[in-house]
Amino acid sequence: MQASRSTAMILAAGEISLPNRGNDMLEIDTSFCDTVVQRSGEEFRRCLQCMSCAGGCPFSHAMTYRPNGVIRLIQYGFVREVLESPDIWLCVGCNTCSIACPMAIDIPGMMDALREIAIENKVKINESAILSFHQEVLNSIQRYGRTHKLEIMMRYKLRRRDFFTDMDVGLKMMAKRKLDLMPSKIADPKVVAKLFSEAEK
Amino acid sequence: MKTQTLENISYFPGCSLATSAKENNQSLKKVCAHMGMRLQELNDWNCCGSSSAHSIRSDVAFHLACRNLSLAPKGRPLLVACPSCILRLKSAHHRLKEDPAACEEYERRWGREPDLDLQIIHFFELMKANGHLGSAPSEALQGLKFAPYYGCMLAYPPQLRHENRYYGLMENLLSHFGAESLIWDYASRCCGTFLSVARPDVVTPMVNQIMQGAINAGAECLVTACAMCHLNLEIRCNLKEKLPIFHFSELLTLAYGLPLKKNWLTKHLVDPLPLLKQRRLVA
Ligand code: SF4
Ligand code: SF4
Repeated sequence: MQASRSTAMILAAGEISLPNRGNDMLEIDTSFCDTVVQRSGEEFRRCLQCMSCAGGCPFSHAMTYRPNGVIRLIQYGFVREVLESPDIWLCVGCNTCSIACPMAIDIPGMMDALREIAIENKVKINESAILSFHQEVLNSIQRYGRTHKLEIMMRYKLRRRDFFTDMDVGLKMMAKRKLDLMPSKIADPKVVAKLFSEAEK
Repeated sequence: MKTQTLENISYFPGCSLATSAKENNQSLKKVCAHMGMRLQELNDWNCCGSSSAHSIRSDVAFHLACRNLSLAPKGRPLLVACPSCILRLKSAHHRLKEDPAACEEYERRWGREPDLDLQIIHFFELMKANGHLGSAPSEALQGLKFAPYYGCMLAYPPQLRHENRYYGLMENLLSHFGAESLIWDYASRCCGTFLSVARPDVVTPMVNQIMQGAINAGAECLVTACAMCHLNLEIRCNLKEKLPIFHFSELLTLAYGLPLKKNWLTKHLVDPLPLLKQRRLVA
């Protein structure tokens, strides 16, 4: 596992060499790239590996492979490295990379697809706190048609079993009436709830 | 866009402005009223899907945005207050324009044809269209030194690259009223958005860098047009010295000499009152 990760990192960093993963070679899925292209509708195969994206991404330092590295690993079929990477969760979709990209690749659009594939394939989610947050936001929308920040935070904390971090921030926001106690709802929340169950995958 | 078409406007406030950033909402409405525009809040609007829907359920993100579009009456522009909501709504609208199958699905679901000509506009666009409202340059903002902070709001994905963007708008307009805009390094740096909840350890150094950048440039305050940026800078910066952060519309309220409600300013987590008093912008 350790060895394969470092191979992946070398590849991601732009050194082109054949992956040496021993038996792990079996885990390379050459159709993965097509799957992601199709799913995201994004033709990221035209990536030049110029690394402008990585240079501008404000979260590069917290990522393992960085945006260009993720693309390269997809192209090599390193499914597990990509889907289990923190990178796909740390991307916030700020588009800093896409405006810098000389090939006009919608990198955050690609990341959206990767997260969905990761969830569907039940891989180990490296940044589970971020996923929990997204789930709580969606739960709130499903329940009310709008987001109810206070409840999102409470439920997020329950889910993470973490009751103490950010108490001060929460209290300050309460004092400034930035967190409403009661949710704001749409007239018939069922209309929106239906979108969650009906929407085709 | 001509000024006379701007009288009746549909308005999508979005969850943040309806709750945690009420001061942004109220000042924005006030400035619009001052400019002679009637904002008609979109009846029964829902959340645009925020960052979370497109992150893990792109199908739901599309439908959430479409429901809002379907509520917009024809023939008038839709004003969206939040840079993040507008990106969601514009992305869905763009998809409708490109993809007939998506249009069919929209019709089936919402019982009407999508309005492919709907203009979805940001507050900036109104300000650009109405310019300085014909008002003469003034010193209303008393030389206030500000760092214009756009965050990611000017960065659109490639498929929306032909959409209008407004580089320099805050600088131009606020300078017209006697504020002094500063050139600094972090004007378009992402604020960290939702990672502020799950990964504050990653976001705090980022916002500290932004705040320190503004301080080093000699700013007295930051000006932003995004409620998320505003909140992250306020709650995640842990530097000893923090500058107050204003919503663009709050400073415009001051610039136009409109009465500023006390309870907006007290909603700020970094108290702007000492600065405003020192600059004689409030009594
Ligand atoms: S900026 Fe675009 S072309 Fe360059 S490495 Fe990143 S994705 Fe590839
Ligand atoms: S959109 Fe994602 S990958 Fe691109 S710069 Fe922003 S955080 Fe980084």
